[in-house]
Amino acid sequence: MGRYMIRRTLFGVLVLFVISMMTFLIFMKLPAGDPARRLAGRQPTPETLEQVRINYGLDQPFFTQYWRFAKGLIPLPGFWLDEKVYYSWVNRLPVKAEIADAIKYTGMLTAGAVVLWLLIGIPIGILSALKRRTWADRASMTFALFGVSFPTFWLGYLLIYFFYYRLGWAPPTGVDHGEGVWQTALDGKFILAWITLAVTSAAFYTRVVRGNMLETLSEDYIRTARAKGLTERRVTYKHALRASVTPVVTMLGLDVAGLLAGAVITEQVFVLPGLGAYAIRALEGQNFPPVMAVTLLAALFIVVANLIVDIIYAALDPRVRYN
Amino acid sequence: MPEPLLEVKDLRVHFPTDDGLVKAVDGITFSVAPGETLGIVGESGSGKSVSSLSIMGLITRKQAEISGQALFRGQDLLQLPNEEMREIRGAKISMIFQDPMTSLHPYYKVGVQIAEAIRQHRDVSKKEAFDQAVDMLGKVNIPQPKDRAKQYPHEFSGGMRQRAMIAMALSLNPDLVIADEPTTALDVTVQAQILELIDRLKSEFNAAVIIVTHDLGVVAEYCDNIQVMYAGRIVEFGRTDDIYYRPTHPYTWGLLQSIPRMDELTERLNPITGRPPSLINVPPGCAFNPRCPYTFDRCRTDLPELIPVDGYHADACHLAKADKDRILAEEVLARR
Repeated sequence: MGRYMIRRTLFGVLVLFVISMMTFLIFMKLPAGDPARRLAGRQPTPETLEQVRINYGLDQPFFTQYWRFAKGLIPLPGFWLDEKVYYSWVNRLPVKAEIADAIKYTGMLTAGAVVLWLLIGIPIGILSALKRRTWADRASMTFALFGVSFPTFWLGYLLIYFFYYRLGWAPPTGVDHGEGVWQTALDGKFILAWITLAVTSAAFYTRVVRGNMLETLSEDYIRTARAKGLTERRVTYKHALRASVTPVVTMLGLDVAGLLAGAVITEQVFVLPGLGAYAIRALEGQNFPPVMAVTLLAALFIVVANLIVDIIYAALDPRVRYN
Repeated sequence: MPEPLLEVKDLRVHFPTDDGLVKAVDGITFSVAPGETLGIVGESGSGKSVSSLSIMGLITRKQAEISGQALFRGQDLLQLPNEEMREIRGAKISMIFQDPMTSLHPYYKVGVQIAEAIRQHRDVSKKEAFDQAVDMLGKVNIPQPKDRAKQYPHEFSGGMRQRAMIAMALSLNPDLVIADEPTTALDVTVQAQILELIDRLKSEFNAAVIIVTHDLGVVAEYCDNIQVMYAGRIVEFGRTDDIYYRPTHPYTWGLLQSIPRMDELTERLNPITGRPPSLINVPPGCAFNPRCPYTFDRCRTDLPELIPVDGYHADACHLAKADKDRILAEEVLARR
């Protein structure tokens, strides 16, 4: 296990290195234009351009430039998003502070959505497997079909239209100035966003849990459990459930990481100042430092989530051992 | 004859499917005495597993149309409410399944799975149940049972897992153990050990055993009585010696001729030609008639009843006794 973890961590570092290099190349070296020209404003004099190059370190050799940015991605105090390098090229604000703020909204959005979709997805999946071929099963599967088919932007706007515009039950979108993330949540501004994300994901979880449950219930060891004289309740909720829900952990880890990395569309629809929205703004402004920071953070989430999922899975399924 | 432990009367299990009614078991009657070992032999699809699963209540009325009686100590198992049947299952009648690789839950420790069965039926603490489980693992000759009980099924070999299944089946000292193809999934060398073990424990625990198998050769040594099934019905029934030395049904002859023997240099085995019939469209008359080399007109129209040949021994075949004796002597025994 220890060696496996070291190998996985080293591999993760390699992945992050490659991603940072690619991001750097795409933004700084590909012909989207000379970054200095972008920074210097309209029709700069050659002197201004030269000055900008020097100020932003763009006159340095390739690897020196890359290393300036790469250093700031090392997650250690003193390195991590060093404010001398990682500041917005648009408004000069430090990236670190902006990300720290944005991640609260993304975190809140993700946490609420995950809790909600697990609460919806898993029980409905179990129910529809147990009540197979009844109306309850058909209704669940219809929900699942619609759920997976709804694009988030469509469902999001639809919910806003009905619950805010028509019924007035939900508050308007957007975060009030100076309001913290908790106050925003208390104002109910996350609710529709949670529902949007939850419905689309829960639908998928429902299908997976139902499938796993049906498969598990036909396993020989379930027959053994019945042959032992266990109650049907114990057979279902202990023996079958554990084996059907364990694989969901894998999905969940990656989904959570994906959302943390930016629920871009949902944040846009509900005007939440999260990481996704921040990344979009940075991209539009060709604002390199935040782009680099958010991209790497997203990659880091995925790498770490994968590792965590593997650890949890090994803990849940005794057959899985890493070496 | 002692009072039977289990008496099955005219058991029928029919599965409704989209293609028609599958008559998996179509009217079988037999009994098991306390301490007896009964072998139920037949090909896949002969209804042998389905009959044992229905007796255990593991095939429910939701899945199949079940009729007849299965009297266990005079109580009809087929009529028992679920809850009462559940109390018998695992405690009074237990089961050993075919594939030990998949019959144990992969997520729970072997000892815990056995202890769970014990705790379901007896009011003992977790610790006591686990200790009993360890004890049982020792009785089925698993070395270091204490350590082994704390391992997961995937850490056991196939033979060991089947031992663990046997330990589980016997842990509540049942009156009847149904072993459904207990050795089919195992290596030949392990098969004998497992059967030996079942045989030894059966006397130790004073239980009756039903061994369901497709391999007539495997059960010879351990069974008191054998019944041969074909297409959901019993075609021949008798003491083990009757079935081996004086078989009277052409299907049994076929089965015996397809067992390889160690003491003879046979060039080739004589398989039964043709395939088992569809259980949806069972041939009229004797279900075996399309494959039987001795078929005559009556076999194609009349369903033969199971009638005694001599004493205990019975078969369901229209052939005349004289013909059977002649064929047995000239063709079957001569070739063995």
